[in-house]
Amino acid sequence: MDFLVVQFLTGLASACSLFLVASGLSLIFGVTRIVNFAHGAFYMVGAYVAYVLTERWSGALGYWGGLLCAALVVGAAGAAMEMALLRRIYRAPDLFQLLATFGVTLMVEDLVVLLFGPEDLLGARAPGFKGAVEILGQQVPRYDLFLIGLAPLVLAGLHLVLRRTRWGILVRAATQDREMVAALGVNQRWLFTSVFALGTALAGLGGALQLPREAVNHSMDMTIIVEAFVVVVIGGLGSITGAFLAAVLVCELNAFGILVLPEVSLVLVFAVMAGVLILRPHGLLGGAPAEARAMRLAIPPPWKPFTSAERLWVVGGLALAAALPLVAGAYALTVAAEVAIFALFAASLSFLMGPGGMPSFGHAAFFGLGAYGAALAVSGAGLPMAAALLVGPLLGLAGAVLFGWFCVRLSGVYSAMLTLAFAQIAWAVAFQWVGLTGGDNGLLGIWPEGFARTPHGFYWLALAICATGIVLLRILVFSRFGYRLRAARDSAARAETVGIDRMRVQWAAFAVAGLFAAIAGALFAFLKGSVFPDTLGIPLSVDALAMVLLGGVETVSGAILGAIAYKLLAVWLISETDQSKLVLGAVIVLLVVVFPQGLGGQITRWRRPT
Amino acid sequence: MLAVSGLDAWYGAAHILRDVDLAIGAGEAVALLGRNGAGKSTTLRALMGLVPRVTGTITFAGRDLAGLEPHARARAGLGYVPEDRRIFSDLTVLENLEVGRRPPRPGHPAWTPERLFDLFPNLAEMRRRPGGRMSGGEQQMLALARTLMGNPALLLLDEPSEGLAPRILEQMAGAVRALKAEGLAILLCEQNFRFAGLICDTAYVMARGEIVHRGPFAELAADEARRDALLAV
Amino acid sequence: MTALLDVRGLSKSFGGVEAVRDVSFALAAGELLALIGPNGAGKSTCFGMLGGQVRPDAGRVRLAGADITGLKPRRIWARGVGRTFQTAETFASMTVAENVETALHGRTAARSAETRRLLGLVGLAAAAGRPAGTLSYGDVKRLELALALSNTPRLLLMDEPTAGMAAAERTALMQLVAGLARERQVGVLFTEHDMDVVFAHADRILVLDRGLLIAEGPPEAIRADPQVRAVYLGEGLTFSEAG
Repeated sequence: MDFLVVQFLTGLASACSLFLVASGLSLIFGVTRIVNFAHGAFYMVGAYVAYVLTERWSGALGYWGGLLCAALVVGAAGAAMEMALLRRIYRAPDLFQLLATFGVTLMVEDLVVLLFGPEDLLGARAPGFKGAVEILGQQVPRYDLFLIGLAPLVLAGLHLVLRRTRWGILVRAATQDREMVAALGVNQRWLFTSVFALGTALAGLGGALQLPREAVNHSMDMTIIVEAFVVVVIGGLGSITGAFLAAVLVCELNAFGILVLPEVSLVLVFAVMAGVLILRPHGLLGGAPAEARAMRLAIPPPWKPFTSAERLWVVGGLALAAALPLVAGAYALTVAAEVAIFALFAASLSFLMGPGGMPSFGHAAFFGLGAYGAALAVSGAGLPMAAALLVGPLLGLAGAVLFGWFCVRLSGVYSAMLTLAFAQIAWAVAFQWVGLTGGDNGLLGIWPEGFARTPHGFYWLALAICATGIVLLRILVFSRFGYRLRAARDSAARAETVGIDRMRVQWAAFAVAGLFAAIAGALFAFLKGSVFPDTLGIPLSVDALAMVLLGGVETVSGAILGAIAYKLLAVWLISETDQSKLVLGAVIVLLVVVFPQGLGGQITRWRRPT
Repeated sequence: MLAVSGLDAWYGAAHILRDVDLAIGAGEAVALLGRNGAGKSTTLRALMGLVPRVTGTITFAGRDLAGLEPHARARAGLGYVPEDRRIFSDLTVLENLEVGRRPPRPGHPAWTPERLFDLFPNLAEMRRRPGGRMSGGEQQMLALARTLMGNPALLLLDEPSEGLAPRILEQMAGAVRALKAEGLAILLCEQNFRFAGLICDTAYVMARGEIVHRGPFAELAADEARRDALLAV
Repeated sequence: MTALLDVRGLSKSFGGVEAVRDVSFALAAGELLALIGPNGAGKSTCFGMLGGQVRPDAGRVRLAGADITGLKPRRIWARGVGRTFQTAETFASMTVAENVETALHGRTAARSAETRRLLGLVGLAAAAGRPAGTLSYGDVKRLELALALSNTPRLLLMDEPTAGMAAAERTALMQLVAGLARERQVGVLFTEHDMDVVFAHADRILVLDRGLLIAEGPPEAIRADPQVRAVYLGEGLTFSEAG
């Protein structure tokens, strides 16, 4: 019993930082409608800056001043990002802003390693809150008690600011109806910048406050951003109190989940999230969706089947690709096989986002499930490669059928965030179920057999499967099913009145997209000879998103071009520089600013001169 | 004060306004009449800069409004009260008013919540009530009061009479007449002819995105045949 | 004889505001019934409850004797109800012909023949290859009608079918609808703001004001009804300061 109380307190203490980060994310989304992926990076920067300042400044004043200054520095950086980058792309489709902030995240991850080195940094203990107090015979760190007290204070402070100041009232009004606020004479530009400053400062403070609790490292951004997404979605977008309740809920679930079911404690959190969303589609305290809350991609012009000249180009391109082993060496062929695999992966996401109109932040879930499916078929069931390539993707299909059932019941950004959460569930299972998946050590020895053992053999196999898959996806777009899917996206109301079951059609699209992603994943397992939890990870999901968006959602071929360009660039950068993430992030940011409609959108405009 | 000429507007491919000309003098009250879907609301939205594609010229107080963002037009002195009221439902009455607050125009007394509560006594009794928990009529008063907090020189009123009970309608008409008496210029979109007649001196009638009639309001009111042809069933 | 559409005591509130209050009426096969009223009278809510987009709080909707209250839109469609929307609800990313084909069932060859017939009927044959997203408002309305007809409905619900059209086009479209009603015994319920259209084409008119049905009858009776005139011209109101 006493132990449970202490565990409860630990959970409450962890909720503090999470609440700070999530409330900032929620505030920013409410007013600007931007899903700020870089929020985790700001949290991390807050921790690093706090480390540096507290090392340099002495005494209690220096320590606490350092933490506060870290928050201010991060807030200034957030405002700078809003002014320099986001202001240029507010008119671009919603997802481009997400992509731009992801680019910033990549850059920050490399920058902190450059500046502070790759090793974990242990900060000093907080003056005045060292040691522990005894509660019910158990030791509870004093600093935990400080955090438990601080979170409600911050909540109250935010409430006061939002209720009692003109700025806060404008923020709440803009969260509800931005256009009306503008029509009443409020210049939204400064409102956006200031909201970004406050939101990121909260993230920075959240990071700084973790200094006495955990080591500062360069991967803490990804962990927190996923948890913050979960908290914001459970709590309801735009609701600060909701974020507080959800942060406590998530941290308590973590704290007690570890006691009850250590293997699946992460799964528990996501399961609760899915449950909350099914019962309350806008989160615990979220309001009904405002006009812009649906994450709508611009409706593209009608798809056109290829002209005969374009068909020739495609056949010619394929013939050239098939002839590659005549000139290329083993390494180049391995890269080329990887590019083909990612082209199919991106095409499957593009199918879901384009004709399906459902953006996914967690498409790697199906890719990774396919990879694990194939690997388990080989290492667990002892199946040959051909059988594993057939059976493996079924795991991805099963995942897509399960996750899709939930996702088609939610709208817009909630659905997209749910895909991210589901991907994290899959990742957590792979990571924690060591007995089956080998956990962090992965599954090894998944090598191709027969003719595919040689680099050119495997390349041909991958090329054949991926090209067939892409062609099938394209045929599907132009099939009756494809039309019904686009009908459901263009106008759900009209689709229902001509007898189309929107949810069922979209659910089927989820299954199709998941299956083809899983086929790509199964091939990937044989390409690498191994599978690790990374294949389910957020970075891979965002890679796919970047390929599709940079290529242009408007066309299936756009995703292919995006995949080829992005993957080649990534492979080349990794071989050329240690700061590949920095350069890749910068390239993403630049492309988003220069081509806010994507490369494929540009090509479509050439194809269809008006 | 406001001169509009050759105004055309589109929503997507739909051509909603065609060659609309309007003129409103200082302190004048002009009615923009017409049936549903005639383009009245779009005209007001185009004046506020809320329609994506607009051509033509809009001059307000000697200033060309072309290319100005909505907030800049509001600051220039246009006060817009939308048809669907668009009250911030999570915000209280006082907070809704605060969102609309702008510095006073030189030479004119500033609107304060207290002065507005004199104009709309109903609102005084519900200062801390959230906008979402008010009746339609109360919301309509709040929408007008909120816009007045910006101390506009010209009010763009979109169907303030819509869905109001007769008693509330009387109060609303009284309030708008009082505003006119203070020298505020008014452009009033209405389907309720009687209500518009209580306020306006000049009448424009729109149909299918075009101005089809203009003249003194009294003249239209007297010419029953013309009025019925333009507006009635 | 049972009416084609029989509506009894239909009511709906949104957050305490009664949008539609206890509305009852009937519609016979082959009849054109107009539903008119000022903005906010509850016309669209009424339509939504008949088409399945809005679930009524109370009341019954019967189609040829069968209860269809609260069914999903696609179930109502399957029972032979076609509807058009006030705002453009077409498949903007497809061509006009693809829109209709998507709505049709059956084999491919049969579908394209039927598509040509329907587009010819509503006067969109020349625009078959155009993206629906680039149509003018009036043409969108024609496409809406073609989609509503794709199911050979016995009841047509049309929300402002002629908005955005010139006078001559309005007449032509309504004559087409009237022809369908007469020849195939289709019942038609429509809202419309253009009173010329209403009085020229409706067999009967329902007048809705603030959620209540205030008048019902043939066009001439409605035109002469003082309460209806009051609703449209505001003459029923007394103003203390009237001047």
